[in-house]
Amino acid sequence: MIEIKNLHKSFGDTEVLTDINFTFLRGKVNMVIGQSGSGKSVMTKCIVGLHQPDQGQILYDGKDFVSLSLNHKKDIRKHIGMLFQASALFDSMTVEENVAFPLRMFTDNTEEEIRQRVNECLERVNLKDKNHLFPAETSGGMQKRIAIARAIAMKPAYLFCDEPNSGLDPGTSIVIDNLIHEITYEMNITTVVITHDMNSVIEIGDHIMFLYKGKKWWSGDKKAILNSKNQELNDFVYASKFMKTLKDKLSS
Amino acid sequence: MNLIFHIGQYFTLVWRSFSKPEKYPIYRRQFVQEVDSIGLSSMGIVALMSVFMGAVIALQTASNMDSPLLPAYTVGFTARQSIILEFSPTIIALILAGKVGSNIASEIGTMRVTEQIDALEIMGVNSASYLILPKILAGLFIFPFLISISMFLGIFGGWFICISTGIVSSNDYIYGIQYDFKQFHVFYALIKTVVFAFIITSVASYHGYYAKGSALEVGRSSTKAVVYSSILILIFNYLITQLILI
Repeated sequence: MIEIKNLHKSFGDTEVLTDINFTFLRGKVNMVIGQSGSGKSVMTKCIVGLHQPDQGQILYDGKDFVSLSLNHKKDIRKHIGMLFQASALFDSMTVEENVAFPLRMFTDNTEEEIRQRVNECLERVNLKDKNHLFPAETSGGMQKRIAIARAIAMKPAYLFCDEPNSGLDPGTSIVIDNLIHEITYEMNITTVVITHDMNSVIEIGDHIMFLYKGKKWWSGDKKAILNSKNQELNDFVYASKFMKTLKDKLSS
Repeated sequence: MNLIFHIGQYFTLVWRSFSKPEKYPIYRRQFVQEVDSIGLSSMGIVALMSVFMGAVIALQTASNMDSPLLPAYTVGFTARQSIILEFSPTIIALILAGKVGSNIASEIGTMRVTEQIDALEIMGVNSASYLILPKILAGLFIFPFLISISMFLGIFGGWFICISTGIVSSNDYIYGIQYDFKQFHVFYALIKTVVFAFIITSVASYHGYYAKGSALEVGRSSTKAVVYSSILILIFNYLITQLILI
């Protein structure tokens, strides 16, 4: 579980996050939604420690990440898996080396044990026998799956996914969404997905926060989001024709 | 103010780079790869430049010696002094600042803009140490070898052009390169080389590490890395010469 309390972040005179309070639940797919520029990515970077918040607490199962020393932060980071928007795979390494990287860096496992774990992770994301390809030789969807395999290699307690569907076709997006959903339940981890893809929200969202102009504007589950009376949330959710049609059908 | 900020940020990054590695075997493997990519892949250009520059130095010295009072071995002596004191350590360092510096800055810069460095940080890896330390150590280790080879090939190039054109006899040239030889000059050249190796690898890493934005910015970082490391090489060349040789 990750709790955010009274989180503030500014860049110069621009306040990007204002008094965010939220709890990301364990064993659930927690989603942060909002328009571009609403502060989703900045909030994620604050949570994982890439940005230092100006004020507030970020509690990883009760431990305040913000006030920890660098070494203690490293200990928590070893339990974090992250799927980046552009996958962020290491270009110079093969698929196998990418997935094995955190295992080689942080465990004393033998090469045989590492290879076994890599194969397990690649099999889990349906990428068996792709070990010796380089990231540049794989498709966008495969790169996301490799990144998921790398993120789960260390059996993390927290999984962050930044726009996991960006640049993917609808079919591949559903595959990635389902994978994130299944892994969350199988491993009982705290998953945080940053997205503005409403299909994903409806598909796998368990616990949702809507950010608007750097503030937590709304939170709830996916049933509540469709019936919300919040004007800004409705403008965001029903921006597409597809969602408007869905709403009309639901109300009729 | 901006300059002070960059100097502070540079030293902070170097300090972070020299912190304790997470796992020595991985760093050792990185070091060996960097020795290959920074050093051995530069061997060709260093050898080519050294042979031709040595030949040109010998030719120009010979063609400018009008006075019959100057002995023929002056050509070998001048070629040796020019190559050991200045050409090999400084000019080759400037060439390497272009080749190796831009390579390092663009490699690390690309990793920055494609979030690979963020991925390392989130895993709990000290990205500065993992990416920069092996490059600095590889540079400090391999550059003295490259410069020593450059010295040898430069002097050889001078000898080869002398005997092939007949402007100076082989005996005179060899006598010249042995005449009044001071081992300390080689030591001085290697001290300069080590300092320049540190400047090239660390300044290029700094510019790559703090690249922001897009591919365009990576290109700019690469250019900045070459320009600033070249300027620093020239400044430190003067300072080291003033401190050690004068």
